[in-house]
Amino acid sequence: MPDTLVALYVFVLSCFIGYWVIWGVTPSLHTPLVALTNAISGIIIVGALLVTGLESVGTAAEIFGFIAVLLASINVFGGFLVTNRMLAMFKKKDK
Amino acid sequence: MEISANTQSIAYLISAVLFILALKSLTHPASARRGNYLGMIGMAIAILATLFGSEVQSYGFIVAGVAAGALIGSVVAARVEMTAMPQLVAALHSFVGMAAVLVAIGTYLNHDAAGTLNPVMMGELSAGIIIGAITFSGSVVAFAKLQGLVSGAPVKFKGQHMLNAAIGVSTILLGIHFGMTESMTSLVLMTLLAFVLGFTLIIPIGGADMPVIISMLNSYSGWAAAATGFTLGNLLLIIVGALVGFSGAILSYIMCRAMNRSIINVVFGGFGSESGGEASAAGQAAQKGVKSASVEDAIYWMEDAGKVIIVPGYGMAVAQAQHALKEMMELLEARNVEVKFAIHPVAGRMPGHMNVLLAEADIPYDHVQEMEEINPEFPTSDVTLVVGANDVVNPAAKSDSSSPIYGMPILDASKSRQVYFLKRSMSPGYSGVDNLLFYQDNTSLIFGDAKDTIEGMVSALKGGGH
Repeated sequence: MPDTLVALYVFVLSCFIGYWVIWGVTPSLHTPLVALTNAISGIIIVGALLVTGLESVGTAAEIFGFIAVLLASINVFGGFLVTNRMLAMFKKKDK
Repeated sequence: MEISANTQSIAYLISAVLFILALKSLTHPASARRGNYLGMIGMAIAILATLFGSEVQSYGFIVAGVAAGALIGSVVAARVEMTAMPQLVAALHSFVGMAAVLVAIGTYLNHDAAGTLNPVMMGELSAGIIIGAITFSGSVVAFAKLQGLVSGAPVKFKGQHMLNAAIGVSTILLGIHFGMTESMTSLVLMTLLAFVLGFTLIIPIGGADMPVIISMLNSYSGWAAAATGFTLGNLLLIIVGALVGFSGAILSYIMCRAMNRSIINVVFGGFGSESGGEASAAGQAAQKGVKSASVEDAIYWMEDAGKVIIVPGYGMAVAQAQHALKEMMELLEARNVEVKFAIHPVAGRMPGHMNVLLAEADIPYDHVQEMEEINPEFPTSDVTLVVGANDVVNPAAKSDSSSPIYGMPILDASKSRQVYFLKRSMSPGYSGVDNLLFYQDNTSLIFGDAKDTIEGMVSALKGGGH
């Protein structure tokens, strides 16, 4: 099977996982869900690293890659930390 | 140290599983924090596996970028106000969009230099750039509206939909031309037009529809990551992109359903503006035949009540009234009054906005209930206090089939024995529809800033009540 088709298989099946997992999320945590998915979409950093780290990378691509790494890092760190801050606030009644 | 491609693939798989578990853990507040840590571990594994893989050979720019990004991200996350969360999320979405565009262009340049471009890859590249660019400029507009840099009112003009359609079609045609000819000019034009499209798609959407837009842009940022995954042949990006894409899509659907509107209607239709006159609120109220009440009147009913339900809306966020509400809740509970909070799915500017603000004020989450849970309790409640909400309690949604909000699920505040509205003015809600609940015999309006009013209630309760 060609790589593109494998990718398509993975994509479609992942959509189903996403569908079932997300419907289970409690509505009170919808803001943390948006923040967490946002942090996770910082996974684009992997793409940015692959572009920037190439041995024979040209200057233009290196600069584009650098900015992409920077933006994606802000997302990864900012996203996870702010989600953590939010989730820490959700408490039960003090006993 | 360098790891083999197989080791890297296994690491990516572990990372993907951790992300799925992280999302799964958000089913309950008690497990949610652990889930976030799983997500962090997953991300760390993904980044390390990439860095130690054979593709990454030069580290200078990478270290600089990660270090600067980590610093900026950490500082922003530590300092941001909880009320500014919708803006922050919009800003972060824009970064994912821009990163996707830059990665796609960088990939093009690398493959162009190596002479390894092919039509399938250029198609995937174009998809990544278009989705990423729309995510970026759309999120920038959403950010500007939420931050108040521009008016939250919808910007509409004649021929808007035709213009958007024309830009959309041109963008795709340029993408096809680029795929067939490798023309750099087409690539650049396509990218620019996609940025314009994100802008023109979001400007007609008003402030109160932001929960849908935030969810939609969340979804786009996922699809942008997935498209990048296709371009790079990276399965982890595809998996994660699909998860995030679907998460945003489902949230958009939930938000639309809570307004009884279709996504098409939200994106292209839009209600009127949300501005309203504030002058002589009480005077207008008298004209319209609604009762206004004082803080003492409300306290008189609340201090001996069995159950009080509080309905917060965007007005609570604007007035920053959540901390005062928490104090009032404690004082009422000390008098054996049961206090609950009723949350409508679209209250506020992003999904779950109210829950976060109440949590920030240390209000326990078991006091905060969703619409389906709390609706049967309104008939047994003595007082319902509506703090900065409007359309979500308007009985016209059930009784008046000619109303624009007819069919929208609402909180049954009208069934409470007494209803008090905390309002700044008589202006109607976002939909521009008059609220039938104002004219009910058991409803009174308390005019003024929500925070001041509640602080007044707090001091009245502290003073021994009525």
